[in-house]
Amino acid sequence: MINIPEDISPWLAIPVALLLICGSLITLVGTLGLLRLPHFYQRIHGPAISITFGAGSFLLASMLYFTVLQQRLVIHELLITAFVMLTAPVTAMLLMRTAVYRDLRNGRQSPDLKPATPLASGHATTAGANRPGLMEEQSDSNPE
Amino acid sequence: MTHRLMTHRLIARWLPSPLLSLALLVLWLMLNQTLEPAHLLLGSALAIAAPLLAAPLQPFKARIGKPAAILRLFSWALLEIIRSCFNVSRIILFSNANKLNSQFIKVPLDLNDPTGLAVLSCLINCTPGTVWVEILQDTHELSLHVFDLHDENWWIDTIKQRYESPLIAIFAREAS
Repeated sequence: MINIPEDISPWLAIPVALLLICGSLITLVGTLGLLRLPHFYQRIHGPAISITFGAGSFLLASMLYFTVLQQRLVIHELLITAFVMLTAPVTAMLLMRTAVYRDLRNGRQSPDLKPATPLASGHATTAGANRPGLMEEQSDSNPE
Repeated sequence: MTHRLMTHRLIARWLPSPLLSLALLVLWLMLNQTLEPAHLLLGSALAIAAPLLAAPLQPFKARIGKPAAILRLFSWALLEIIRSCFNVSRIILFSNANKLNSQFIKVPLDLNDPTGLAVLSCLINCTPGTVWVEILQDTHELSLHVFDLHDENWWIDTIKQRYESPLIAIFAREAS
């Protein structure tokens, strides 16, 4: 187990504490966004800051703390960063597409699709036209 | 000469994707936090075996080049992620949510490489305030949701210049 030392040098404690506080605040703001924003398409942006900046601060603090404390380079947190950066976007994309698909299927323009603007309605019609292929264009765009 | 040819064949046979193998080895060593010879050996075995076992799946092979472009792309993306983080936080904390201009925008894309598109989608979704929706098949346009849209052309220019053009350079295929 890791022994927590009695006294940590302030040169280590201060930056680590700052990073942890910064990460916690950002995570809190991300959660607030989830709570406060009115529409799904806006709420999806809230947790993104927790994932990037919040998690980044925590991992940086962890790397700094254990590198100094154990007198060796501790960087396996970078793996967590890499995996989060690979998986979180996929989740966001799937959620987004599910929401768009659901709204199209129900023939409903969600409030912030702003049906008056040509952009949003244009998007809706084009995506609706090839609805069965909604999940497939990645493979179809293969240039081979 | 035949000796060199044989070496080439041997490498092609056992290390079909050297970069992937190297990444796996580094992953293994980082997971175990060690540089011991035993782990080096085990990691190398893993790095050789995993791509060979995955070969029947016929993964799409990407060609990666231009380290300078990679560095440019990721340093810009990192700056952009940090900047967007503060923007989104500011909006969540201090703005009236009803005045937000959340919009879908369309960005015409020239990038065709599937790996390049995958990297682009990761970077765009990692950046707070933008979420990738889909690529419209008939026009090859990227549909994107922006949290608070001020200037559509700024987004289009940024994505095309800062993200797309380095990606095209990185994943460029030889004319062969």
